[in-house]
Amino acid sequence: MNLATPAAPATVDIAQSVAHSPGYWSTVALRIRRDKTTLFFGALLLAIVLIAIFAPLVAPADPYKTNIIRRLKEIGYPGHPLGTDQTGRDMLSRLIFGGRLSLFMGVTPVLNALVIGGLLGVLAGYIGGKVNMAIMRTMDIFYAFPSVLLAIAISGALGAGIGNAILSLTIVFIPPIARVAESVTTQVRSLDYVEAARASGASSFRIVRVHVLANVLGAVFVYATSLISVSIILASGLSFLGLGTKPPEPEWGLMLNELRQAIYVNPYVAALPGVMIFMTSLSFNLLSDGLRSAMDLKS
Amino acid sequence: MLSYIIRRLIYTVPIALGVTVFVFALIHLSGDPLGAIVAPDADAATVEKLRKDYGFDKPLPVQYGIWLGKALQGDLGRSIVNSRPVLESLLAAVPNTLILAVSATLLGFTVGCLLGGLAGYYQGGVVDKLTTGFGIAGVSIPHYWLGMVLVIIFGVELRWLPATGMGPGGSSGWEWDWAHVRHLILPAVTLSVIPCGIITRTVRATVAEILSQEFVQALRAKGLLHGQVMRHVIRNAAPTVLAVMGLQLGYLLGGSILVETVFNWPGTGFVLNDAIFRRDIPMLQGTILLLALFFVFLNLIVDIVQTSIDPRMRRS
Repeated sequence: MNLATPAAPATVDIAQSVAHSPGYWSTVALRIRRDKTTLFFGALLLAIVLIAIFAPLVAPADPYKTNIIRRLKEIGYPGHPLGTDQTGRDMLSRLIFGGRLSLFMGVTPVLNALVIGGLLGVLAGYIGGKVNMAIMRTMDIFYAFPSVLLAIAISGALGAGIGNAILSLTIVFIPPIARVAESVTTQVRSLDYVEAARASGASSFRIVRVHVLANVLGAVFVYATSLISVSIILASGLSFLGLGTKPPEPEWGLMLNELRQAIYVNPYVAALPGVMIFMTSLSFNLLSDGLRSAMDLKS
Repeated sequence: MLSYIIRRLIYTVPIALGVTVFVFALIHLSGDPLGAIVAPDADAATVEKLRKDYGFDKPLPVQYGIWLGKALQGDLGRSIVNSRPVLESLLAAVPNTLILAVSATLLGFTVGCLLGGLAGYYQGGVVDKLTTGFGIAGVSIPHYWLGMVLVIIFGVELRWLPATGMGPGGSSGWEWDWAHVRHLILPAVTLSVIPCGIITRTVRATVAEILSQEFVQALRAKGLLHGQVMRHVIRNAAPTVLAVMGLQLGYLLGGSILVETVFNWPGTGFVLNDAIFRRDIPMLQGTILLLALFFVFLNLIVDIVQTSIDPRMRRS
């Protein structure tokens, strides 16, 4: 789980295309339509999200209802298509409801970081000089921690809880997003057309709003999609360590931890929550790859 | 070169200091730093006395100065739970984590270079497609779950390998014999998946990039065989790949907590997990400080080694 420094995004071309050819987004849409992998995993992701949102309508049973007699039943047990967990709760329903918290805890930090990191990056890149130094060197300090360690450090100090887990992951994702935003802003700032806009009297605010953001958003957005994949794994990992959700809430990472002892009794049921985390994370990763190649006009 | 090393060292100092500030702040992030020490029914006088004893009544910068001064002398405080010096517990755990992380990195490096090299050399082929898929799966898989799955397959179902622990000697006394190594296989494989995926990607991209350069065409035009061309490619790819590998080792040292938890591997991650569970903040601080500083140090080494191999890499 690494937040390796992202390659310098090729967004300068995108912006120029946005400005000069009206058919840019339809080109992107066409490319995505031809890309079967992206389509498939996009659809899978949409299904996971929709099922999580409409969990109360979709789930066959109450995810909290325990049953002492029917504990750790196997997949295909009558009435429990995916078996039951260590307290006899219906696994299918818990997996369906689990998506709500897991997705929420995975996506929210990246969205928070998108706003804060994006803002810091644009500020640093646009103003430059000492402001840039101050912001980016502070970010470097957070880069000195492996991401898992940073998340666990903050979360561990703050104590267990959904809010604390989200806060710690937000802090993990601000620096990488700020770096992307900063590098794109610095590139765009020195472009001829931005110089021209400035010469013709456009205010800084207008330049940032019209020229810089158009470039930064595309790059940062695609990068953020791939970060969600990491975020989902980390968020569930925090719950797995007991730092996120608390029982009896259904959450994939926590469920995985609770079922650890069950691998000797019913291994296939115990592994199910991880399948969900894997599928979700993989979908976000492939969607991000697909978007990146569809939006890069050079390819 | 020397001036580069000096500049790089100077650049490292503020980062390392920033890390210590952050780690120091952790104890205050946890709310009242006395919260974990004082009994809930303690009277106000006792609390005040403890506050003085621990130095929490002083201004924050002073507290930081004292804490840093002690840390520099190797005094990371004492565990709240068992009053043992934090450094002592950590030093017992560090070798175990090193065994695991170094094995995982070497495994990931070997497999990653092989797959990435093949994929980069035969671009667009079956190997390339499989490798790309493997690389993406490698970075998308929750490795704590992968660990569980491996335990289920090889520990529970097939019964080939032990599910948890580090060997017959418990948490100490590692030997490179089969009785111990068989305990290492599953956690090392689990932990190697991420670096393997990343090294595969890097090697593939680097090899593909080098192969597209003109000097390779020139070598081919001279009539060099595949193997001979590959030798040049490897020499050019080495700095990048080694750098990635060094950083991966750092990530694994810090990130092995989840895998160590799954396998009950008695390393730093295990210590950290225990500290979190018992809210033993000095222990948490000490572990994080040690791992983060190690990561900073590793970054430094990687940069210096990389630039000494390839002077073009010199960062400004």
